[in-house]
Amino acid sequence: TARKAVVFFEVEILDAKTKDKLCFLDKVGKILPSFSLYWYPARQSIRLDPKGKSLKDEDVLQHLPVGTTATFYFRDLGAQISWVTVFLTEYAGPLLIYLMFYFRVPFIYAPKYDFTTSKHWVVHLACMCHSFHYVKRLLETLFVHRFSHGTMPLRNIFKNCTYYWGFAAWMAYYINHPLYTPPTYGEQQIRLALTVFLFCQIGNFSIHIALRNLRPPGSKTRKIPYPTKNPFTWIFLLVSCPNYTYELGSWLGFTLMTQCLPVAAFTLVGFIQMTVWAKGKHRSYLKEFRDYPTLRSPILPFIL
Amino acid sequence: MSAPAMGTSKTAHTDSSHKKKKGPGTLATAYLVIYNVVMTAGWLVIAVGLVRAYLARGSYHGLYYSIEKPLKYFQTGALLEILHCAVGIVPSSVVLTGFQVMSRVFLTWAVTHSVREVQSEDSVLLFVVAWTVTEIIRYSFYTFSLLNHLPYLIKWARYTFFFVLYPMGVAGELLTIYAALPYVQKTGLYSITLPNNYNFSFDYHTFLILVMISYIPLFPQLYFHMIRQRKKVLGHVEEYSKVE
Repeated sequence: TARKAVVFFEVEILDAKTKDKLCFLDKVGKILPSFSLYWYPARQSIRLDPKGKSLKDEDVLQHLPVGTTATFYFRDLGAQISWVTVFLTEYAGPLLIYLMFYFRVPFIYAPKYDFTTSKHWVVHLACMCHSFHYVKRLLETLFVHRFSHGTMPLRNIFKNCTYYWGFAAWMAYYINHPLYTPPTYGEQQIRLALTVFLFCQIGNFSIHIALRNLRPPGSKTRKIPYPTKNPFTWIFLLVSCPNYTYELGSWLGFTLMTQCLPVAAFTLVGFIQMTVWAKGKHRSYLKEFRDYPTLRSPILPFIL
Repeated sequence: MSAPAMGTSKTAHTDSSHKKKKGPGTLATAYLVIYNVVMTAGWLVIAVGLVRAYLARGSYHGLYYSIEKPLKYFQTGALLEILHCAVGIVPSSVVLTGFQVMSRVFLTWAVTHSVREVQSEDSVLLFVVAWTVTEIIRYSFYTFSLLNHLPYLIKWARYTFFFVLYPMGVAGELLTIYAALPYVQKTGLYSITLPNNYNFSFDYHTFLILVMISYIPLFPQLYFHMIRQRKKVLGHVEEYSKVE
């Protein structure tokens, strides 16, 4: 019987910055084992070129452009934290913080208002919408999203939480304030705002489901998203990242509902950030797929 | 803050011993030379105005009024520097330059101009003098660098005077803001209270206090950055003096 020839590699790993030899492995088969306990795998960046892109977990040694002695460069990505952990923390904060303001927990407003409730029904509605939004986000993080990367740098959690928690406190303070003023056009305005909000929440959820279904469980494949039977996904005809489009819509609805300047500010900042992300995603779609639909814009149909 | 002396000491302004990196084109260079000459002249006008007013009055109190207009013109004019960075003819960070210029403009307009009662304070003279000396040196530094004829004296002055001018400016600024506090609180200047249709409030008095607190982390960072820059730019001088 013929024996399949097995190729073994010698592998040396150098530090990307100092070029010190960190380790040498002889007789490596297909897979490069992770070589350190201190630098756990998630924070190891292994690349062929010191300034190049990281190799992926799935890359196979035999298919890389290396000779029988392969030289890799190692870069420490710094302490890492899982995406799921970050999302859960950054979303749980606003949920709880807003409720603290809604229930007028002591030391926020004047003592005579402690544990009282607002006399405006729109304030109760706003609390329900805000809470619903973040509960939805938490559940999506746990059950819907399929993440490409397992981890992100640890410092992101401080940055992200400051942003989400800070804005939530700022918004909630005014909406639940004893001197809150309801929207100028009253019930009409609130009803329109609620419609927009709910429409966009359903839309956003539909997109998340559609994106999830693009990717089989445990895989990291990337495909072009297309409209499905769900009408809320038909926006894929015009936009690359409709999840962001719907998210913007939701917050515009919430701004209209509460008529509160800090909410408008949060919507604006979020819009700017999401536009940056959408443009990046759009660009990488165009780069990766030659047959990418040309009618699509990153986030706003025909505009942006 | 009297910070603009730092951070902008990057490529286009280094002396000819460094390899010439891609700098501004000839038109941009001509424009920048004119800009920096005009600014140098402007701050000289302020310096001369201060000296003349001092000699005329015989005291250093209330000199602000004698240079109020040129101070406003030339300090506000520095906003153009943000544009220079944004367009790319000056190789500095837009964010950093923006922050530095905005803090100066804030002090000029939102504090000194807006709160009349502080205009006669001596702290105002303290930061105006610090700014004036700093800017005269800084703008002439840029002018000469652009013309590739930087006298060592100017380079030395730029990276040495800050040791005194920077704390002096910061002291003047902080004392001025502090002096403005009671008037801001009493009149509710620039403040919005509840209730209102946009469900928003702003307390300028509290804001000013937060600005003062922000000096605590920011000032040391900027100061030590300048010290590090000094070592880099003037470093070789120290080596020679050690050999003696």
